[in-house]
Amino acid sequence: MIQIESLRFQYPSGDFHLGIADFKVASGEKVAVIGPSGSGKTTMLNLIAGILIPETGDVTVDGIHVNALSDAKRRDFRITNVGFVFQDFELLDYLSVLDNILHPYRITGALRLTDEIRSRAIALAEGLGLGDKLNRNITQLSQGEKQRAAICRALMARPKVILADEATGNLDPRNKGHILDALFESVEAHGASLVAVTHDHDLLPRFDRVIDFQDFRAEVGA
Amino acid sequence: MIDSVYIAWRYLVFNKARSATLVACVSLIAVLPFTLDVLLNESERQLLSRAETTPLLVGAKGSALDLVMNSLYLDDQVPELVSMQVNDEVSESGLANPIPLYVRFHARGFPIVGTTLDYFDFRGLQVREGRSLALLGECVLGSAVAESLGLKPGDRLLSSPETVFDLAGIYPLNMNVVGVLEPSHSADDVAVFVDVKTAWVIEGLVHGHQDLLKVRDPTLIMERNDQNVTATAKLTQYTEIDEQNIGSFHFHGEPQAYPLTAVIALPADAKSATILRGRYVSAEKTTQIVEPNEVIDGLLRNIFRVKSIIDSVIVVVGLAALLALVLVFALSLRLRQRELNTVFRLGCSRYTIVRLLGAEIAIILIISAALVAAVAGVVSHYDEQLVRLFLVN
Repeated sequence: MIQIESLRFQYPSGDFHLGIADFKVASGEKVAVIGPSGSGKTTMLNLIAGILIPETGDVTVDGIHVNALSDAKRRDFRITNVGFVFQDFELLDYLSVLDNILHPYRITGALRLTDEIRSRAIALAEGLGLGDKLNRNITQLSQGEKQRAAICRALMARPKVILADEATGNLDPRNKGHILDALFESVEAHGASLVAVTHDHDLLPRFDRVIDFQDFRAEVGA
Repeated sequence: MIDSVYIAWRYLVFNKARSATLVACVSLIAVLPFTLDVLLNESERQLLSRAETTPLLVGAKGSALDLVMNSLYLDDQVPELVSMQVNDEVSESGLANPIPLYVRFHARGFPIVGTTLDYFDFRGLQVREGRSLALLGECVLGSAVAESLGLKPGDRLLSSPETVFDLAGIYPLNMNVVGVLEPSHSADDVAVFVDVKTAWVIEGLVHGHQDLLKVRDPTLIMERNDQNVTATAKLTQYTEIDEQNIGSFHFHGEPQAYPLTAVIALPADAKSATILRGRYVSAEKTTQIVEPNEVIDGLLRNIFRVKSIIDSVIVVVGLAALLALVLVFALSLRLRQRELNTVFRLGCSRYTIVRLLGAEIAIILIISAALVAAVAGVVSHYDEQLVRLFLVN
């Protein structure tokens, strides 16, 4: 469960600030966030993930007060509890598909890379149609395949929160459907909360709830 | 840590060209001064060891360095010639034993050393295969020559003309290989030894041809009178010496006037050496006597003076290269900002990012160190041959 209360955030440059009075996503709930560019959607995802820290207010994920954690604990929280699917995939070109999926396990002590984890990664990739591309380089994949690899990476640790930032933005309709299926399956399988920022209005009916960021935010401005 | 190394390795493998360039730069910075040092020390050792065992050298006035380099290291630069009379003068002085040297011609790229059997005793050269020189037209090969040309006793070796335009004069001599020497790890390994008279045969001063008194073909005779028979250019000159024609080889002129490049003088003692040196002090003399050790010392002083300049240049270039490497890494960090942000957003600490980058640098340094060690090993192992190939010869 995600809960944001009385949050106020401002970038150090001071050219943008965001205020959110109250925002909740229940476990197993799939929420779509829509709104114009620059309205603070990505900033909110970064606040939930603990990448950004609010000036005031509280971000709670599954009872954990994210902004009260130390830097190190916040990183551990992020890598074990949050699955982040970035808009531009943000995979590492120099690693294979499998190495990209397992990457979070190689860069932190909070997760341990075991044979079981490796098997899980392979099964997850096979489930998303990447079984025959595990050892391929990322540069050899199509856009849809890259996004599926990014989703595998986000879902590997069975996160309690899945944050998708325009995850279907660059994809064709068929791939968009597949990506959403994969995300929803994980939500249902592990009772995760899904917050997906999207501009794709065709997909909105599939979500439990749609939030128009313009109506919902308490305060936003430059 | 192993994971950091693995990720760093994948990054370096993916960016092969960049990684190879970095490894090459680091390796070169390290290997250049080391290699230079090893090779110069070895060249010093080789130059000095041969110079120290050669007490005195008599040759024509002129460059003492050319004289020493040609006589000791069989250098291609031929000094001004002296006559066989110089050899006889040293012998007649009773102060030293002379060993004539005529190092002028080549056979398939290797210097031909015209000398006497005393040279083999003086240098401690042992015949490994076959026998030593006995007859005109025979040669004994240094070990490296035999190996390089694939020759053994019983084979033939043709001398090379001095220049390709020398149409009128010197005929190549087809020499009979009678022996191969044990390796001496000196310039003698790359020499073809002949008797000094055979060297004169190569020059055409000693030659053999059909007996003109018996020749009846009018096209071979230009003029015939009671005292003289003048042959035409059609007359067959022997280019090979065998049992049948060896008797027809003869000198023209006075053998005392025949040329040498130098004479090694082996004085009986220090006093004899001093007296002998004194005899060559006169400014009117057309010959000089040198102590190779002194000449090589002077050469080495210059070499090491140049080396100290090169060392300074290497230090400056090395520093510049290191700064360039730091710049490359700094620019690479800026180019990789997006990637590093991603890794950070996934939950990686800044310390881990530093560790990843540190692993990349460490791998490059380790590969460079391995490369440097390999080159250093090869250079140290083959320093003797390398010095002979590039410096001494």
